[in-house]
Amino acid sequence: MLSIKNLQAEIDGKKILNGLDLEIKAGEVHAIMGPNGAGKSTLSAVLAGRADYIVTGGSVTYKGKNLLEMAPEDRAREGVFLAFQYPVEIPGVSTTNFLKTAVNEKRKYNGLEPMEATTFLKMMREKMEVVEMDKSLTSRSLNEGFSGGEKKRNEVFQMAMLEPTLAILDETDSGLDIDALRLVSDGVNKLRNEERSFIVITHYQRLLDYIVPDFVHVLYKGRIVKSGDASLAKELESKGYDWIKQEVEATI
Amino acid sequence: MSELEVGIIGQVVNQEYKYGFSTNIEMEMAPKGLSEDIVRFISAKKNEPKWMLEWRLKAYRYWLTLKEPTWQNFTYPKINYQDIYFYAAPKEKIKLDNLDQVDPELLKTFEKLGISLLEQKRLTGVAVDAVFDSVSIATTFKDQLKEKGVIFCSISEALQEYPELVKKYIGSVVPQTDNYFAALNSAVFSDGSFVYIPKGVRCPMELSTYFRINAENTGQFERTLIIADEGSYVSYLEGCTAPMRDENQLHAAVVELVAMEKAEIKYSTVQNWYPGDKEGKGGIYNFVTKRGSCEGAYSKISWTQVETGSAITWKYPSCILKGDHSIGEFFSVAVTNNHQVADTGTKMIHIGKNTKSRIVSKGISAGKSHNTYRGLVKINKKASGARNHTQCDSMLLGDRSGAHTFPYIEIGNKTAQVEHEASTSKIGEDQIFYCNQRGIGTEEAIGLIVNGFCREVLNQLPMEFAVEAQKLLAVSLEGSVG
Repeated sequence: MLSIKNLQAEIDGKKILNGLDLEIKAGEVHAIMGPNGAGKSTLSAVLAGRADYIVTGGSVTYKGKNLLEMAPEDRAREGVFLAFQYPVEIPGVSTTNFLKTAVNEKRKYNGLEPMEATTFLKMMREKMEVVEMDKSLTSRSLNEGFSGGEKKRNEVFQMAMLEPTLAILDETDSGLDIDALRLVSDGVNKLRNEERSFIVITHYQRLLDYIVPDFVHVLYKGRIVKSGDASLAKELESKGYDWIKQEVEATI
Repeated sequence: MSELEVGIIGQVVNQEYKYGFSTNIEMEMAPKGLSEDIVRFISAKKNEPKWMLEWRLKAYRYWLTLKEPTWQNFTYPKINYQDIYFYAAPKEKIKLDNLDQVDPELLKTFEKLGISLLEQKRLTGVAVDAVFDSVSIATTFKDQLKEKGVIFCSISEALQEYPELVKKYIGSVVPQTDNYFAALNSAVFSDGSFVYIPKGVRCPMELSTYFRINAENTGQFERTLIIADEGSYVSYLEGCTAPMRDENQLHAAVVELVAMEKAEIKYSTVQNWYPGDKEGKGGIYNFVTKRGSCEGAYSKISWTQVETGSAITWKYPSCILKGDHSIGEFFSVAVTNNHQVADTGTKMIHIGKNTKSRIVSKGISAGKSHNTYRGLVKINKKASGARNHTQCDSMLLGDRSGAHTFPYIEIGNKTAQVEHEASTSKIGEDQIFYCNQRGIGTEEAIGLIVNGFCREVLNQLPMEFAVEAQKLLAVSLEGSVG
C-alpha cells in the first residue's frame, strides 16, 4: 500500500532524510522511533506534502500512485491522514463546520454529492464516541482554547470522520497525561482494521503499550537503521538509543 | 515568508470584478463642472421647493470656502471638480409610476446585477429602491408598505410628496457644513432613498437600496434619510456596484438616520464598488458621511458594513447617543486587496445617561493594500454610566499589505467604562496546511479562515445577505492567498 524507496529530503538546505526505505501493507501498524533530530517529523511532513520540505531523491508510491506528485489536499482526499503534533487553531470556524467542509471536499473528489446534514450529524455523534469527545467542543472554534488532551482527541475524532487508509500519528502522545493517553490510544485501536494502515511516530515506548505495533523501526540520521517487532521498542526503552548509534557508526 | 505563501497570495488577488460591464443607454447630463448654475440646474430638474434650492446654495457657498481634508492615512491625486458630471440620468419622458415604463435596458442591467425590479420575481420580504447614476429608477413594494404607513421612496419623490418631513430632518444629523464632502453632497445630491417608519410600526420587510454608477466621468452623490418614529423598527440594506473604468470616480454620499424613543434602526451595507485593477488603476473613491442620531431614550442604531470594493473607502458610520439608555453598534468587515485603501471606523458620541456602544471591526489586508481602523469613543460630561466595548482585529495576508489602528478615546465622565481590545494576525501557512491536510483546497481554506475571522460581523447581516457577503469575501480575496 505504501512503498518508500531511498527517500531523501531537506529543509532550508539542510538534509534530513538520507535514503529512507519503508514498506507498509494494508492493515499494518508501524511504529517509528528514534532520537531527537533523526527525521521522524520530517517523514510525516514529507508524506503529507508540506511545501517547505523539499524531496531531493527517492520515491513514494501510495496505492500504486506517485504520492510525491500529488497536492497535499489530494493526498488527504486519497486517504492520507496526519494527526498533527501541534494541531492548529482556526478562530471562528467550528469543528463541525470544518469537518463538514473536509468531508464534502473529499466526497466531491470522489464524484459524490455533499453529505446530507442529518446523515452528517449522525456520523458526528457516532464518531465522537470513539474518543469520548465532549459534544460542546464541536461547536467551539476549531482547537481554540482546547487543552492539549482535547486537541489530540480532536485529531483522532477527525481521523474517525475522514476514514483514512493511511493514518500518520506524529508524536500524538506528547503532552498527554496518562488518562488522555489511554483515551486517545483506545480511539486509535478502535479505528484499526484490515484495510487501514498506521504510522505511529513516537519518542517513547509508553504509547506502544497501548497501541501495539506490528513493526518497530528505528530512525537515525535520516535512515531506518533497525527494524523489529514490538519487543524492539521495549529494548529501546531499557537500553536507550546509544547502542544503536554505536552500531551504526561502526558500520560506516 | 515562504514561497508557498507568496504563491498563494499571488493567486488569491487575481479575481476579476464581476460587475464591470456598462450599460449603453441614452443619458441626460448636466454640463461638466460645478458652479451655482449647476446647483440650480439639479434643483430645477427635480422641481424642488425654493427652500431646498436655498439649502443647497448655502452648502455650495460654504463648500467653496473649504479645503479638502488631509488628515487621512492615505493620499490621492487631487480631484478636479470641474471635470466631473454632477448630474447624469437616463432619458425618460414619463414619470415612472409603473415598471412597464422603465427602459428595458435598465431592467436588464439590474437583472444582470441580480436585482430584479419586477416584484413577482423579488425575494419575498425585501423592498428595493434602485438608483442608477443620479436618479432613482424604481422602488418596489411601495403600496404594500404604504398600508402599514411606511414611506419608502426616492428622496426626490419625498421632496414632492412629503416636503415637511424632509425639511424637518434633512441636515439634522449631518449638517451642510459638517465636512468637505458632506457640504459637496448637500449642494449637488441628486437622489437617494427616503424612509419613514411611523410610531409603533415594525417594518414588515427588509428595505434595500441598490446603487449603480454607470456613466463615465460622473460622480454619484446620493443622500439617504431614514426616520424611525417612536417604538418603530426597520432593517435597511444598501448594495452597490460600478463598471470597470480607467479613471477614478467619486462617490460622496451622505446618510442620516434618526431614531426616536425606543425605535431601532439596523443599517447594513454590502459595498462592492469597482476597486480598480491589479495595478491600482481606476476604481471608485468612496468618501461617505454616515451618521445616526439616537434622539430618544432606549433607542438603538446598529451599523453593519461589509466593505470589499472601492479604490479608496473613507467613512466612519457613527452614532450620536443623545437619548438616555440608547445604544449604538458598529460591526465592520473591511477587505482590501491589490492597491486598495480603506480608512474606516466609527464615532460613538455618548451624551445621554447609561448609553452603551459596541464596536467590532475586522480588517483584512491582502496584496499591497492598506487597511486602517480609525475610531472615536467620546463620553460627554453628563453621560454618566456610559459604557463602550471596542474590539478591533486585523488580519494580514502576505507581507506587502498594511494594517493600521487609530483609536481615539475621550472621556469626560468618571463613571464611564471603556474597553478596547485589539489583535493582529496573519493567515498562517500552518493553518492553510492543516486545512489542506484535511482535503480542503487552499482557496477554500482561505475562505473558511477569513469567514471565521469575520463571523461576529457576518452574523449581524440579514440572512439573505449574509450568504452573499460570505461569497463576496471569498471572491475579493481570490488569488490573494491560494
